[in-house]
Amino acid sequence: MEKNSKKFIWKDYQKEIADDHFFYVRSCIRQTFFPGSESFFLKFMRDELGKDVFEDARHTTCTGIGFHGDVVPHDTIMTVVARHFALMTEAGYKNVAISCVTSFGIYSEILETWKHFPEIENRIRENLKKATGRTFKLPENIAHTSDIIYKFRDDIASKARFPLINQNTGEPLQIVEHIGCHYSKMFPEYGVGGAEFPQVLAGMIKAWGGNVIDYPERRHCCGFGFRQYLVQANRGYSASNSKKKFESMNPYHPDMIIANCPGCTMFMDKWQYTIAEMEGITYGKEGKGIPVLTYEEVTGLVLGYDPWDLGLQMHQVQVETLLDKMGIVYDHSKKYKTKDGKDVGKPLVPELLMIEKNIHSSKRHP
Amino acid sequence: MQSLYDQLLKDVRIVEGLSSCMNCGVCTAICPAAEFYQYDPRMLINIVQSKDEEKLEALLKSETIWYCGQCMSCKTRCPRGNVPGLIIMGLRYLSQKLGFFVESEKGRQQFAIKRTVGDNILKYGYCIYPDSILPELHPEQGPVWEWIHQNLPEVYDRMDGNYKKEGPGVFRKISAETLDELEKIFRVTGGEELYRKIEEYSEIKAGEMGIIFGPGTDNDYFRHTYLTNSGNHTREE
Repeated sequence: MEKNSKKFIWKDYQKEIADDHFFYVRSCIRQTFFPGSESFFLKFMRDELGKDVFEDARHTTCTGIGFHGDVVPHDTIMTVVARHFALMTEAGYKNVAISCVTSFGIYSEILETWKHFPEIENRIRENLKKATGRTFKLPENIAHTSDIIYKFRDDIASKARFPLINQNTGEPLQIVEHIGCHYSKMFPEYGVGGAEFPQVLAGMIKAWGGNVIDYPERRHCCGFGFRQYLVQANRGYSASNSKKKFESMNPYHPDMIIANCPGCTMFMDKWQYTIAEMEGITYGKEGKGIPVLTYEEVTGLVLGYDPWDLGLQMHQVQVETLLDKMGIVYDHSKKYKTKDGKDVGKPLVPELLMIEKNIHSSKRHP
Repeated sequence: MQSLYDQLLKDVRIVEGLSSCMNCGVCTAICPAAEFYQYDPRMLINIVQSKDEEKLEALLKSETIWYCGQCMSCKTRCPRGNVPGLIIMGLRYLSQKLGFFVESEKGRQQFAIKRTVGDNILKYGYCIYPDSILPELHPEQGPVWEWIHQNLPEVYDRMDGNYKKEGPGVFRKISAETLDELEKIFRVTGGEELYRKIEEYSEIKAGEMGIIFGPGTDNDYFRHTYLTNSGNHTREE
């Protein structure tokens, strides 16, 4: 009996992550705001690691935002996901790679529900057959795409061109990680490190030379809250929760935030702009906001990909301070150009995240 | 006619989420909604556990059930395995099924969610679709999104996307055959019926309130549900 050995104690926090042959399912939010992240992930998996990742054009939304916005019934979302399992089965795959934390939580919840209530699985199988004529096998492994990057973090470290080290000081970059509530708060066994000791992003940061900031509100929700953001009248809830996190992390002087969930990434980027506009408060050491990146973007930067190929120009909080610290050389003139170098104008780029107000009246957060 | 409590128990989310709450209050302590709104998930569970039909009906018509953000932090923390977030989902479903949602300001917002995310799903095959994120409805998105929105084909092409084109990739066109499958799934599983109920009860309510109801998002009732905030919901007010 190894009851007292550390190996035994930590076994509940391990996660089996498939090695190859993935059925890839995209995210509505990641595609919208961070499309370069999804493109990078596929390129990385196929070209850098030589893995087989299949995408079916017939894959649709899982309807997760509608489900958590309470306009999509439980049976409906389970049947839509069952259709995804059917597409996976038809293509001969057993492992799902999921780009969205909301979808990941939903896939986990559905598999657990069916495990405990087999009659519901049977009903959903009948629904799917009736609606589409399709049948399916259950996946053998489901991974969030960050799990897969985590699995290969040491390979990435061995190829790192720009580790997470401040080139000016030689010190590790100070990094906030945010894993997103639906990654492992609902079903801890589906996440690396469970709900209590999530390692999925912390493991990448440590492997690539950075330092993980532990701050009081580290596990607090970003504030998405589904209907609390989807309806404009409710957005105070959403912004307030992000603000609570910024206030809590700011004294630790983060160089960047890495987020697991595409929604969290977008909110922590956009709410910094909103808070600057509403209250004149700008977070971050340099008073320019704290850059918020996806884990794919960070992986790409570490491996030496061009920041504008990764889509960093799509962020509201400007990323140049971070690129400079990492020693990354970039061509600013290409930032807003099209693929063939055409000029399509550029956004109003806020020096201090303030657009409409006089930037001189803004103040840095104390 | 089944009691409200029995109707709730038909939902597996209620069955799984309700497990003899002992009122410790840990869910309330961890809840982001309880910190922001006049909301206490512990009290909500008490009402459901009471099986009191009058109180349940009042709850289903109240603002209270619409405050949760479904982060599900409560699921991790409850020592007895209760999940107020799951119970909320069951309550909201029943409130819409019975038409009680239009009796509260926050409940009426379901119409705005149906007309945006709900309609995106069956029209485009995505919950969120970049063409629909209009800068005027999303001032918080800031000037970078405004630039992206003005240049969607070029920006998605720059990111190796497949915007509105056949085949796989970022924002590929979802084919008519696939959208037809989605629609059939909605028909068979009650999704279509829920959309219809949200529309029907909202139209009646708009008439009662004297607010003009119309298609899409360019009508007074949509704007009313999307923008109205009486300011009576948060802890500070």
